[in-house]
Amino acid sequence: MTGAVAASKREGEALPPADALLVSEACTKTFGGLTAVNGVTFNIPQRSIVSIIGPNGAGKTTFFNMLTGLYKPTLGRITFDGKDITAGRPDKIMALGMARTFQNIRLFATMTAVENVMVGQHARMKGGLFGSIIRTPGVRREEKAAREKAHEELEYVGIRRALHDQLAINLAYGDQRRVEIARALSSDPKLLLLDEPTAGMNPQESAQLTDFMRKLRDERGLSILLIEHDMKVVMGVSEYVTVLDHGEKISEGAPAKVRADPRVVEAYLGKQG
Amino acid sequence: MSTTAKPGTQAAPGKREKEGIGGRSVPNWLPAALFLGIAAILPFFFESGSAFIDDAVLALAYVVMALGLNIIVGFAGLLDLGYVAFFAIGAYTIGWFGSLFFSEAGGGDGIHFGVSGVAASLPGIHLNFFLIVIAAMVFTTLAGMAIGLPTLRLRGDYIAIVTLAFGEIIGRIAINGDAIKIGDYKLTAGRQGITPVDKIDLPGLDPFTSLNLRPWYWVVLCMVALALFVSFRLRDSRLGRAWIALREDEVAAASMGVPLVKTKLMAYGTGAAFGGMAGTFIGSYNNTVNADQFQFYFSILILGMVILGGLGSIWGVVIGAISLTFINFWLIPDVLNEVPGKLGIDFDLTQLSFGIYGFLLVVMMVLRPEGLLPERRRQLELKEGLDAGESVFAVRS
Repeated sequence: MTGAVAASKREGEALPPADALLVSEACTKTFGGLTAVNGVTFNIPQRSIVSIIGPNGAGKTTFFNMLTGLYKPTLGRITFDGKDITAGRPDKIMALGMARTFQNIRLFATMTAVENVMVGQHARMKGGLFGSIIRTPGVRREEKAAREKAHEELEYVGIRRALHDQLAINLAYGDQRRVEIARALSSDPKLLLLDEPTAGMNPQESAQLTDFMRKLRDERGLSILLIEHDMKVVMGVSEYVTVLDHGEKISEGAPAKVRADPRVVEAYLGKQG
Repeated sequence: MSTTAKPGTQAAPGKREKEGIGGRSVPNWLPAALFLGIAAILPFFFESGSAFIDDAVLALAYVVMALGLNIIVGFAGLLDLGYVAFFAIGAYTIGWFGSLFFSEAGGGDGIHFGVSGVAASLPGIHLNFFLIVIAAMVFTTLAGMAIGLPTLRLRGDYIAIVTLAFGEIIGRIAINGDAIKIGDYKLTAGRQGITPVDKIDLPGLDPFTSLNLRPWYWVVLCMVALALFVSFRLRDSRLGRAWIALREDEVAAASMGVPLVKTKLMAYGTGAAFGGMAGTFIGSYNNTVNADQFQFYFSILILGMVILGGLGSIWGVVIGAISLTFINFWLIPDVLNEVPGKLGIDFDLTQLSFGIYGFLLVVMMVLRPEGLLPERRRQLELKEGLDAGESVFAVRS
């Protein structure tokens, strides 16, 4: 595979890897004989919304899991914010500023919404074993600040105050999605990875989420990497779209260009004629 | 967000926030103060050498252990079947540093530090009880982390098997330790036991005796208070939240920035420290450190207390430990033991004690599987069958 620079030149796209937030160079993941992701080179510019699309089983979530450290790449290199994070531990990568949500919501079911969001701040907090036992003034202050920040983040994603102390398992589906985003946001990430955030949402809710993603980018200066099946959302919000099929990158670029790419049409609809 | 509200107006939301899961409105310290207060004056209603106080002292020592195990199993969800190992390490700490065992130490004159009375003139190493407790907690914390390391990649049943083996290894070493020589010294006294063991010696008080049990009772009650304090503080802390998160969904917890290894080892280490503390106390109280005490059944006994009371529920575990101790040491041998004889059947009920509390546990599991005083989260997990069941190490490998 060619490097990141060559790749973007070949596509003729303005994806400057120099100031990119995240760079994936020829990342491959194999499970036994199955190649789930094959040599994907890809980068995310600062303050941008980038999407990965592709048919089911194209390797999107596997790629996500490699970026966040859940899977070790078989080959390739991942750089985040100037640091090599290839095969780094998930909690360390999170601490560097990459937070995610899951395709199937993975909240801590028996914790309240606020407690869930406080777990998201774990890496930002310092309170250790003895500090927590003695409850030093520092730990006390930190806990209070973490709780306040959790409430703020929940309100930011649109959860009513009355629901903050509800157990996650008792929240409505849409609210659970929101709490998961709040949990990720509470770590003040530089990059937010959303894995099919609109799954199970109606068109109105999807439109709201689209606006919310723009707000995140503009207000908080975040970059967002999105996996999504809803083309309306993808085409509406993304600055760049990358298309995966059978683990390989088949197209990349601005939404309009990708939509017109015959290889993309073929991947989704099959060969015409 | 900076608020310039008056202190009075801020108090209301602050109070509400403290309630936590399901709206707990009673503060932690109130039941604790009641329990400890009543427990503290209880010995005045019984003779100081009575069987009741004897049983109560043991019950409280088991409460300390059960609270320790509860941190590992209840909070962090790591099923530990080898808790006896920490009892053994704690007991041997006082066996080594508070008895005649190393009789050649200090050229036959003994090494003494902070002890008074008879112990100060005996050969062997005799250190102050407090120092020994601290040493035991350090040793057991290290041992807890050592057993934690190989189980980090595992979940559920597999952790149980590894910890079970660890408990057995320590038990075997205790039994055969009289054949293990380090220099001129044996490691343990095996089944013969190390006896006598120094009595607790507190500054300003006479050394404790086995006739007056009240001081023993109050010392172990202080240990219970400490274990309760640590349990409550840790449960409602950053670490406590991380343990629940790991227990429920390891992959999500790691992805949210919870370091797997460190967080699990802290649970093992803290839980083990209380086993060591209580083990030291029991060694001194029983006046012997005998390898036969450190059998698998002991781990199950303590785990039974935790499950009977309610996994993760601090007060449940206290109730479980006290009730199982009294069933074991009072109800079966003192109350029910005569029953078969009166019915004309010739056997000793104490021989059936395991059968009896095995039966009690089965009844319990059928009628109230979540324990006597269940913890709300655990109850919910049991009801909903919540467990992601995925190990980060399995996912990453």
